[in-house]
Amino acid sequence: MAIRVGLFVTCLVDLFRPSVGLAAAKLLEEAGCIVEAPSAQTCCGQPAYNSGDRKTAQAIARQVVDLFEGFDHVVAPSGSCGGMLRAHFPELLADDPRYAARAQALAAKSHELVAFLVDVLGRERVAARFPGLVTYHDSCSGLRELGVKAQPRRLLKSVEGLELKELPSAEICCGFGGTFCIKYPEISDRLVSEKAEDIERTLSGSKGATTLLAGDLGCLLNMAGKLGRRGVKVRVRHVAEVLAGMAEGPAIGEGSGEG
Amino acid sequence: MSTIAPESSHLDSLHFKDNAKLALADANLQKALAGMDDTFVAYRARAVERLPEFEALRDAAKAIKDHALANLDFYLQRFADKVEAGGGHVHWCVDADAARAAVLAICRRVGARTVTKGKTMIGEEIAINDHLQANGIEPVETDLGEYIIQLRHETPSHIIAPAIHLTVEQVGETFREAHQDLDPKRPLVDPGDMLTEARAKLRKRFLAADVGITGANFLIAETGSTVIVTNEGNGDLTQILPKMHIVIASIEKIVPTLADAATILRVLARSATGQEMSVYTTFSTGPRRPGDLDGPEEFHVVLLDNGRTALLGTEFESMLRCIRCGACLDHCPVYQKVGGHAYGWVYSGPMGAVLTPGLLGIEKATPLPGASTFCGRCESVCPMRIPLPNMLRHWREREFERHLTPARYRSGIALWSFFARRPRLYRLGAGLAARLLGALGGRRGAFRSLPLAGGWTAYRDMPAPQGRSFHQLWAARKR
Repeated sequence: MAIRVGLFVTCLVDLFRPSVGLAAAKLLEEAGCIVEAPSAQTCCGQPAYNSGDRKTAQAIARQVVDLFEGFDHVVAPSGSCGGMLRAHFPELLADDPRYAARAQALAAKSHELVAFLVDVLGRERVAARFPGLVTYHDSCSGLRELGVKAQPRRLLKSVEGLELKELPSAEICCGFGGTFCIKYPEISDRLVSEKAEDIERTLSGSKGATTLLAGDLGCLLNMAGKLGRRGVKVRVRHVAEVLAGMAEGPAIGEGSGEG
Repeated sequence: MSTIAPESSHLDSLHFKDNAKLALADANLQKALAGMDDTFVAYRARAVERLPEFEALRDAAKAIKDHALANLDFYLQRFADKVEAGGGHVHWCVDADAARAAVLAICRRVGARTVTKGKTMIGEEIAINDHLQANGIEPVETDLGEYIIQLRHETPSHIIAPAIHLTVEQVGETFREAHQDLDPKRPLVDPGDMLTEARAKLRKRFLAADVGITGANFLIAETGSTVIVTNEGNGDLTQILPKMHIVIASIEKIVPTLADAATILRVLARSATGQEMSVYTTFSTGPRRPGDLDGPEEFHVVLLDNGRTALLGTEFESMLRCIRCGACLDHCPVYQKVGGHAYGWVYSGPMGAVLTPGLLGIEKATPLPGASTFCGRCESVCPMRIPLPNMLRHWREREFERHLTPARYRSGIALWSFFARRPRLYRLGAGLAARLLGALGGRRGAFRSLPLAGGWTAYRDMPAPQGRSFHQLWAARKR
């Protein structure tokens, strides 16, 4: 019987880059899943949770549990939001007699997209083509809360024409940090500036187009914004777009030239 | 009124944000901090790689401290009894004032004029140097890093590398200014030269000192021993040469047995400097006994609480497992950029951002819990598995409850949560925002400035949305 997956789109993908959600759905469907994206979903609650507004975070967590507990699995194209569901919901709702066990159950079946494809569905390759040199940034929550490291590399290896060059600072924070980048913009700027320099160094010398990939839109918006401000001609995309073969449109922060 | 932080300890954690800006603009500081990933971080990684049981040792070390904290009163009493039985003295001090008074009284009783000091963060916490100086007693720091910053009238900027904020050139200048009687042509280029230079000065001070003060990495209940780890041997000279040895230590340094200390030692130096062991690990058990070749005539242990027992039983209790290795500072992207002084008090980096509000009160340290991207690198390397990001979040919760969170963040969160809890409105709003921002920014692909997002667009572009929300596209796809 086919696996029913609830796609947790994430608020940033919903607003900024819906193509990532469509790419995630395509990858899941190609792997034989039935994908649903409940339209009543909003956010995982991290803005409240990480600002110390525990009550609001709990209210939103309960919403997510209500909406997604019926699926076989819940998948998010984000290590950060995936980590929120998987690593933080149980603690957040631990004292709520109606929700504690349900939050645990939801956590156990919640996954970051690429880790789900590889670790749960056993995918070893994708049918996609993306010629050019790319580098990959490991977003912190995915890396340290969920152990997402080898999975995207394994699938990227199967992409036709793609050459991956490792980023020396791949495991160092890009300085986004959710509200951190607004609270401490100067420190955040220094971190993302060094990240941008490392990306530029890593991809320099290539004659063709070069691309930065990662699995979290927050970090991607941050790095794309910095690369754009510095005038660096590196394209920035969510890894799902490349794996799904849906990387034709403008990259993140790139103009359509229309409208 | 008790004083956890004496006035003289340069208390300005509230100015973290301004401190950080100054730090980012300080070329010397940036140069001094630049190599941390290539040194501390790389050294630790290598040491851990060479020890297959390292992760199991972390679990064992954590379990030892959890057990000691759960039975803190028992083990502290046992330790004190053992010290007294061996002829030493224990001074129980509730706060910094009490500890300062205890140390001063001991020094005065023997008419001390100079005191040599090994490295001690508790000494910084109670600002003992200022107190001794104010009372006519000269403290002499003997750890190289501490010696350098004492010459410069600065405070340590890292719990194990106190002068890490300085470049080699700055240290050379400091020495030439302070050591004008030494050969002006001597080379002062590498750390070895510096150490020789400092040693030439310190020999006489060691011999002349009336009292030696050290900290402690461990207090061992089983034997009444205190333990220090050092790399220069200065700690041994500090505690063996003078007539009197005073150990100042906070209560959570307690471990039940010698074997427990040995277990934690295996993770301490590896996490701190990447060494398997520090060069010197020194156990002190009471004063000199008849027949001993050396050792102090008197042995005092000043035990400091200073707000720690108040953390027991709270969500911050596991912070008391901390063994002060400094790994969380070394691995923190924020610390690496702003250094330790920006945090405004004795402790810095992730452990400082948790401990400072714990000891001083959150209202005196409001900027610190937010000074983290929650990247989790600190927790991933903490030898005692302290959940530092979670505890920073708990401080943010306390701030939110007590309305210490700045009003504009509170209203931002309130506005956002109003929509996040009303899916239909949210859907409508997201669709409209995507369309509006997409239409405004779509051609160029990014905004160079945006109202209400100045903190972002001052430094980077804001990529524009694609123009439709996911749920709009998803609904269209299904049709």
